[in-house]
Amino acid sequence: MSSNQEPINTFSSRLVVLPEANIDTDQIIPARFLTTTTKAGLGKVAFNDWRYNNDGSLKADCILNIIDPEEHRILVGGNNFGCGSSREHAPWALTDYGFKAVISTEIADIFRSNSLKNGLLPIVVPQDIHDKLTKNPQQRVTIDLEACELRFEDGTVFVFQIDAFSRQCLLEGVDAMGWILNRVSSIEAYEQRTGKAAA
Amino acid sequence: MSSTAKSLFEKVWERHIVEDESADKPAVLYIDLHLVHEVTSPQAFSELDARGLKVRRPDRTFATLDHSIPTLAPDANGERPYFTPQAKIQVETLEQNTKNHGVKLFGWDSDNRGVVHVIGPDMGLTQPGFTVVCGDSHTSTHGAFGCIAFGIGTSEVGHVLATQCLTQRKPKTMRITVNGTLQKGVTGKDVALAIIQRLGFGGGTGYALEYAGSVIESLDMEGRMTVCNLSIEAGARCGMIAPDQTTVEWLRGRAYAPKGEAFEAAAADWLTLKSDEGAVFDKEITIDGSAIEPMATWGTTPDQGGAIRAGVPLPSNENDVKALKYMGLTGGDSRDVAKVDVVFIGSCTNGRLADLRAAAEVMRGRHVAEGVRMLVVPGSEKVRLEAVAEGLDKVFEEAGAEWRLPGCSMCIAMNGDFVAPGQLAVSTSNRNFEGRQGPGSRTVLASPATAAASAIAGHVADPRQYIA
Repeated sequence: MSSNQEPINTFSSRLVVLPEANIDTDQIIPARFLTTTTKAGLGKVAFNDWRYNNDGSLKADCILNIIDPEEHRILVGGNNFGCGSSREHAPWALTDYGFKAVISTEIADIFRSNSLKNGLLPIVVPQDIHDKLTKNPQQRVTIDLEACELRFEDGTVFVFQIDAFSRQCLLEGVDAMGWILNRVSSIEAYEQRTGKAAA
Repeated sequence: MSSTAKSLFEKVWERHIVEDESADKPAVLYIDLHLVHEVTSPQAFSELDARGLKVRRPDRTFATLDHSIPTLAPDANGERPYFTPQAKIQVETLEQNTKNHGVKLFGWDSDNRGVVHVIGPDMGLTQPGFTVVCGDSHTSTHGAFGCIAFGIGTSEVGHVLATQCLTQRKPKTMRITVNGTLQKGVTGKDVALAIIQRLGFGGGTGYALEYAGSVIESLDMEGRMTVCNLSIEAGARCGMIAPDQTTVEWLRGRAYAPKGEAFEAAAADWLTLKSDEGAVFDKEITIDGSAIEPMATWGTTPDQGGAIRAGVPLPSNENDVKALKYMGLTGGDSRDVAKVDVVFIGSCTNGRLADLRAAAEVMRGRHVAEGVRMLVVPGSEKVRLEAVAEGLDKVFEEAGAEWRLPGCSMCIAMNGDFVAPGQLAVSTSNRNFEGRQGPGSRTVLASPATAAASAIAGHVADPRQYIA
């Protein structure tokens, strides 16, 4: 929940490319890690079955075990990223690992909604921009949320779409719970008008 | 085309607008029914507690235990065999949170405990025209009653607990019309898998689906729930079906449904909830239901499936190649080549009484093949008791299957019920993702009748050979 959420504005980063299509939230965090009653520390099990062998040792060839998360804040995934289960543990795990943005040609609805509430910026790009990103993970790209721009080192600028309200919330670190709590007079009026007030 | 013609989705949406959306802010949408379970709620209750907030409408909030609970019976001391100490803590956390906030919990002591999307409709908590949410993507199930029903994240669970509302942007709409008449042995599950195959795994992203046409109208409520349940497997957060007389009769007499004259008045209103002639959808597709055959998936996303009779297809792209490799299947093989290790019948998709009956019809007087482990997990305590009263438990046990207590079990594999690495499972559940039913597990999705037939045959099998 966004009460303690850091505002996002502009940042630059190298990329982690996971090119597979349909990376579902069971891949991002397998269900057996969902018995937690907090949201802390899930970064260590982000993509658990991609990163660890059955004996708990690290898989040497997994990109997520090779890179320095501090240097790689942007995850570029294949099409339909974040599909499947509604578990908010997925963005909790990704942000705890160190990601600040996810880029794909398509991002699943519930995952996108959950990401926006956790300071993880979901960006949908067309295929040519996606290709330009995946071709060179070592490049540094800049995400400017104020301007809604994805900027490449070669000067290419892509303007991405994001819901205006969600953008404002991310820019200002708006407390989404606080915002909806402030609608209480409208909520009461609705309940009265529709006969849904508590008996 | 009339400009005032509205779709079912629009009619239900408009009834729930607390504040309308504009360019710079989303709609505030009222939620009639909020279902809660142990896995996606603890952090939401913590948020309320940290802010000193109460649950705004405990009378519209109902909780149960399903995802992480054991399906094996308690030991001699009454101790439940939780898979991990953490799972027990999570259940106790929900027990404490619901107690603190005055929320009704259908817990261990309740005959109404069960998989959240089975018990909501079963008790008549789910009613036509409602908005229904739950921290679970298969909340789309409740759309079978003409509800706007969708899965939410834990932050949103907190928002609904505190305000009974959500901020939402209105999605696009898509109508899927399934014409014709279903062949014998073809079920709601096969219809759903055929729809997903047609739409593609992400084909419903951004849309609210409406299912219509003679095939959808011919389905019983259980079949309709299966179809709506799987909307999310095409990427759609919600899928809905207009209420009709089948819906009304199904709800009559349910515990939380209106009674007497109030029921008749409600039913009259429910029957107005249908898309008007001339209603405009952002997208429309039509499917010939008469051509649908018993289906099974062969890949690692729910759209990678087809008629069992057609065999395993040759790969047509990189995704197919990767999926077949993971599944240990070969393109061009018939479905009887790969040996099945596990069969699972249950889940919010196919864990209802009608599903157990369909599987039992195939199993009766037969036995699971050598080396096949079969697990039958009723969707709720009520389903379990009704199945026992009909003797279905005996049919399964005599066939060599394990008969368990209700829960999500092997569908999500977080309670100790899982498929071992490399094993091939035929499952009536909803996801065939890599590792979904346990690390390294391989899953084939199919109907209860097909799963039962596959248990007998020892490979993926068309159920029609076993149905009279």
